[in-house]
Amino acid sequence: MRLERRTAPSMLFAVLSPLLAVALTIGAGLALMAVMGKDPVKVLEVYFLSPFADAYSRSELMVKAIPLALIGSGLALAFRAGVFNIGAPGQYTLGAIFAGGVALFVPEAYAGLWLLPLCMVAGVIGGMLWGWIPAILRIRAGANEILVSLMLTYVAALLLDWLVRGPWNDPLGRGFPKSASFPEEALMPILLPGTRLHWGLPLAVIVAFALWYVLYHTRRGFSVRTMGMAPLAAKFAGFSEAKTITWVMLVSGGLAGLAGAVEVTSTIQQLQPDISAGYGFTAIIVAFLGRLNPIGALIAAVALAVTYIGGENAQILLKLPKNVSFLFQGMLLFFLLACDTLVHYRLRLRSRAGA
Amino acid sequence: MEPFIFAMIVAATPLLFAALGELVAERSGVLNLGVEGMMLLGAVAAFAVTFSTGSSAMGIAAGAAAGAAAAALFALVALGFTANQAASGLALTIFGTGASGLIGQGYVGKTVTPLPPVVPAENLPDSPIARAVLGHDAMVYGALALAVLVWFYINYTRSGLKLRAIGDDAESANAVGLKVLRSRFAAVLFGGACAGLGGAYLSLAYTPLWGENMTAGRGWIALALVVFAGWGPMRLIFGAYLFAAASLSQFYGETLGLSIPSQFLAMTPYLATIIALVVISAAGARRAAPTMLGRPFRPDR
Repeated sequence: MRLERRTAPSMLFAVLSPLLAVALTIGAGLALMAVMGKDPVKVLEVYFLSPFADAYSRSELMVKAIPLALIGSGLALAFRAGVFNIGAPGQYTLGAIFAGGVALFVPEAYAGLWLLPLCMVAGVIGGMLWGWIPAILRIRAGANEILVSLMLTYVAALLLDWLVRGPWNDPLGRGFPKSASFPEEALMPILLPGTRLHWGLPLAVIVAFALWYVLYHTRRGFSVRTMGMAPLAAKFAGFSEAKTITWVMLVSGGLAGLAGAVEVTSTIQQLQPDISAGYGFTAIIVAFLGRLNPIGALIAAVALAVTYIGGENAQILLKLPKNVSFLFQGMLLFFLLACDTLVHYRLRLRSRAGA
Repeated sequence: MEPFIFAMIVAATPLLFAALGELVAERSGVLNLGVEGMMLLGAVAAFAVTFSTGSSAMGIAAGAAAGAAAAALFALVALGFTANQAASGLALTIFGTGASGLIGQGYVGKTVTPLPPVVPAENLPDSPIARAVLGHDAMVYGALALAVLVWFYINYTRSGLKLRAIGDDAESANAVGLKVLRSRFAAVLFGGACAGLGGAYLSLAYTPLWGENMTAGRGWIALALVVFAGWGPMRLIFGAYLFAAASLSQFYGETLGLSIPSQFLAMTPYLATIIALVVISAAGARRAAPTMLGRPFRPDR
């Protein structure tokens, strides 16, 4: 069996590959569970069907999909340019820190309707800052952006840890590592009464459509796509590599920061050492599953949100460890990458003698 | 001071194992970001086998085998299917985190006898420094020996020369008849086995118990270490000890007379890696990096 290059990329497989990958993941995951001595039918039900079972579960699914969509659509843009920003978890954390700083330190007497938007802006700035560092280090010194953005993730996590245990610790919190609760004015309003679904949802949808427009209908978007497909051609066309790298790192970093700001002002409502639930890494899968298209990322975010809600349910009902979600996520990315090869190659079965 | 040196040597060992494996893989031109996942799988396999058989030698072998098996999964996707190496490696890390959690579920809170020191304490010289350096288990010295072996292999053997050629110019290597994919596959498997050994050291000697995410980012540090060492196995030894010292300074900060918050001390390995990356890259030493690093190779072109 060998791979043979297609003369043109297969449109069929470009569309089919994510669906095929999801199907393979569910199949292989259930087979694995059966081997581990769990009832596969039960796992299927709890893990993949229960997140859709009732209105409240569906609203929770959306709550998880919001940060994934915000980060994933930004990453889609960066990956399109061939810039591998895997530091989204750190940019998310910085966004949360900046937004939290605004929420905590604007005196209550002055707080108004503008406080929440200010938190969002602060979050974007925090994420942009953390995305700009790897960009500038790659441009000026040639330092690998994968490693730099990743190292900064750990720095951000430690910074948050220090803040909530030290200077930003809640004086009334009996020593727990958390900040005071955010004031009412800094909290994201609820969209659907009786659920936790908040205004981050329309925000994520607007962001995804805006990015899609920029990517396919502006000169800047064209330069991003060209740089990813043919770096040399982009150079000859006069697109500055440095500008494109900086731009995609600022956009993807800023959106990860926005996701962090949205998350701490909606579901968490304070700062604490653990705020991310691994959204930053999962969003990488979201970007790939969404075909590196911002609107695709929106749909893919819902698919990945299933692994979170399903994982929580499985933890309670099947006594599976929380990390099992990552098992499904990792398998999904593996299958997706393998299936994507079929967009450009066809599998040929042939004997050695014929080769 | 002596307890610090003792702890530093212990903390450097898993880093050294994992980084040596990654170094060989990267020298063949493959960037495997799955180190963290392979270490976790190695750690859980080593612990599970040691716990059920009572033999730490079997456990160590199982750790290496689990790491290699995980690496094979990566190799299948990244080399066999010529997928994006960075994404495939991330998939492996995510997968390894989940799979190790599932496998290790029944072992949380259990413990095994830690690896014994090579030289029993009563036979060691009285000098505290000598005790801090010589009082370790076999894996500590095994890691150092492995570094020397890798150094010798890469620089002084035919096969090592071929490996470097493949990492620097796969097309030419293929043209003169070298088996590019086969060599890369082998290098990646070796890398996985080494990461598995690093994980095994964590769960058999360092703690010795199993806990979810017990590698706590060491796989990523190991990746950084390879860059920090400029892809040289001997410099890797130095780097591993330096990084271990930096990561420990958060626990020994007060004893050493440092009065900054522990979180800032814990940041130092990450910041040091960034600085090292910038310095190495800016100094034009990028030639030290394998030229083909991260680029897939398709034999039919």
